[in-house]
Amino acid sequence: MSRRILGPFNRVEGDLEVKLEIRDDRVSEAWVTSPMYRGFEQMLHGRDPRDALVYTPRVCGICSVSQSVAAANALGAIQGVVRPPNGELAINLIHGCENLADHFTHFYLFFMPDFAREAYRQRSWYDEVAARFKAVRGSAASQTMSARAGFMHIMGLLAGKWPHSLAIQPGGSTRGVEIHEKMRLLAILAGFRNFLEQQLFGDSLERMLELESGRQLQAWFAEQAPGQSDFRRFLQLALDLKLEELGRTDLRLMSYGVYPGSGGELFRRGTWCAGNGAPLRPEDISEDISHSWMEGQAEPQHPYKGVTLPDADPASGYTWCKAPRLAGEAVEVGAVARQTVDGQPLIRELVAATGSNVRNRVIARLIEIPRILLAMEAWCRELRPKEPFCITQELPDQAQGAGMTEAARGSLGHWVRVKNGRIINYQIVAPTTWNFSPRDWTEQPGPLEQALIGTPAGADESEPVAVQHVVRSFDPCMVCTVH
Amino acid sequence: MAAPERNRFNLLWLQSGGCGGCSLSLLCAEAPDLVATLSGAGIDLIWHPMLSEASGSEMREILAKVMRREIRLDALCIEGAVKRGPKGSGRFHMLSGTGRPMMHWVRELAQLARYTLAIGTGASFGGITAGGDNPTDACGLQYSETNRGGLLGSAYLSGAGLPVINVAGCPTHPNWVLDTLMHLALGGFGRDDLDDWQRPRSYCDHLVHHGCPRNEFYEFKASAQELSQGGCMMEHLGCLGTQAHADCNIRPWNGGGSCLKGGYACVNCTQPGFQEPGHRFLETPKIAGIPIGLPTDMPKAWFVALASLSKAATPKRLRSNAHADHIAVPPSCGKREPHE
Repeated sequence: MSRRILGPFNRVEGDLEVKLEIRDDRVSEAWVTSPMYRGFEQMLHGRDPRDALVYTPRVCGICSVSQSVAAANALGAIQGVVRPPNGELAINLIHGCENLADHFTHFYLFFMPDFAREAYRQRSWYDEVAARFKAVRGSAASQTMSARAGFMHIMGLLAGKWPHSLAIQPGGSTRGVEIHEKMRLLAILAGFRNFLEQQLFGDSLERMLELESGRQLQAWFAEQAPGQSDFRRFLQLALDLKLEELGRTDLRLMSYGVYPGSGGELFRRGTWCAGNGAPLRPEDISEDISHSWMEGQAEPQHPYKGVTLPDADPASGYTWCKAPRLAGEAVEVGAVARQTVDGQPLIRELVAATGSNVRNRVIARLIEIPRILLAMEAWCRELRPKEPFCITQELPDQAQGAGMTEAARGSLGHWVRVKNGRIINYQIVAPTTWNFSPRDWTEQPGPLEQALIGTPAGADESEPVAVQHVVRSFDPCMVCTVH
Repeated sequence: MAAPERNRFNLLWLQSGGCGGCSLSLLCAEAPDLVATLSGAGIDLIWHPMLSEASGSEMREILAKVMRREIRLDALCIEGAVKRGPKGSGRFHMLSGTGRPMMHWVRELAQLARYTLAIGTGASFGGITAGGDNPTDACGLQYSETNRGGLLGSAYLSGAGLPVINVAGCPTHPNWVLDTLMHLALGGFGRDDLDDWQRPRSYCDHLVHHGCPRNEFYEFKASAQELSQGGCMMEHLGCLGTQAHADCNIRPWNGGGSCLKGGYACVNCTQPGFQEPGHRFLETPKIAGIPIGLPTDMPKAWFVALASLSKAATPKRLRSNAHADHIAVPPSCGKREPHE
């Protein structure tokens, strides 16, 4: 048996350290450490609740808009405000833009470069993969940065800038859209659709959504050479390296639901476990600190009652991250959870067959891309220039409210209590807080800690490449995790 | 084509106690993109947390080589405030895999760097991370808010004899960072290129007010009452664009945006202490109905006199549009010919 500490773990957002216990060249136990604490929940105490809209996006440079949406929804719940349709549509467009860009960034810049590592030099596909995906130097890096920057013009138009916008307000969006700007938005979406269809998928977005089973996906893959598109290339690697056997969990999957509209949310809220769906009960959410560098809370608490008091000394602590649990269970969040809960046929079938794993997490993210882009095109067409985008409403002096939404990497919630017009408690539970949580009071490990068990980690590998795949398959955001 | 070998300029980028937003903003560089811009300028990324292949021990080996001076450190970019707490230990942020506080790494690397850059308002002054009661004792590299000193001390000079270059902004515009790095790589960047807060004058010799599309509303003091309305946001909605140093309305964000164009006020995010304005953001504090914090260079009496005069002269078009979220009354076309 040996122990290893991996870090700094890059191509994730923020700071991450992973400690492994290895037996017979496989991970036998894992501990995940979030090594940075900033204290947003402490900073927000005593402020005017509306100032949360300035502070909380700055929790995270990559989920900035999701943080704004959660904060605005929490304040909106307190006010009981109903956004005008334009405001809802504009916020959906801004939020969809961030989530889609995050999936895109994750695939091209964070996840795929690991297949261009020296460890794979002997594989038949290595030269082509390295030419395309080598970090910074591969052809994809420059190309995808340009495509992404062009797509982010949606932010320039609707949100002023990205990250850290104040356009998302409880009562709607601050940016009215004129008719020619609606055309500009549609043109930007068309430009990005082009890139996705030509480079990422090598097929139309509509066709991608017609793939409803693993078998159909396999048949589609076989239609063309693997080098014909980046998704086909990934499927080739997944097959060759058996990525469906890596990083498996069979935990409950959870989604808070996201992108509200007149017919309900585009991706519905709920949970899914062992083939069965169940409604989400937000009152069952709690956070435990038994293995965190925290104090002041003897037992798990619902976020409305949670406290955040850092203490670097508890002997049982090994991370700044708290351990959120749903009715005591560790749950997995992210695109694979969101699409399974929503009933996307391909993802549900893949998860039914092999659980959540490295391959399925990546496919779920990529299949979500066309779903979001098509929705964005529809939202854009529904914008009605000259009609209201935002309404302003007073905040009550005493109230509480929750804002629950989905960031690219999973479920994000803000719970706010207001007294005498000031914040008396603000608690944030972020996606990677769920996925990379430490053990809890029952010693139940968090999702990544469970997913890593059994991962190959040979003594000859200084940075076991399979571990890299498992960790990055969650698209972790560590700055959100602890905040 | 990459620049010839003799001109290579080594850049090491580390993230301290921030949100990573300046790196994500940097990825929005365009025409050309980030990779093309760096390579065209002869700038080599020794390591960047979001982009590099090297992870864990591979990255620690790169750091060791820099420390042994086997890799020349031309520019050290630190993004995010530095955490000195709890109790001066720096344990609120350990550089993972090294068992050492980030604070110590930054101090040691800064001694080796030809140029040290604080990327973002956090690394420059403390910023949002130092908000509220500053629970983690966060500070900037050479400032704690408006007090010179910070982590490295007021006497600190990098190898090239410059103080820390504060590329402030929350987040920074990609070109504020890239123009500065390119100028450093090209040579000739000196103290005169920095303003009183050690920010590059390339973007801080401007005010956010310059080029603001709401300037006509400002001239006539036709003010928005609520967010999403088209009028000037200085009188009621807390806009600090007439005081904030940055070229946001001259050099657009994400293709064409700015905070003002997005329909919300400038919060002066390039300024030390912006995170604690002493009142609610997006609300203008007033005394006897007159906003406090008027434009920097203007005598107050003149401002008040001109404001009341221009308010009286406001055209109906501006009065209407100031309170609408679209153009309610277009400019007149003058005399129209009757339609056929």
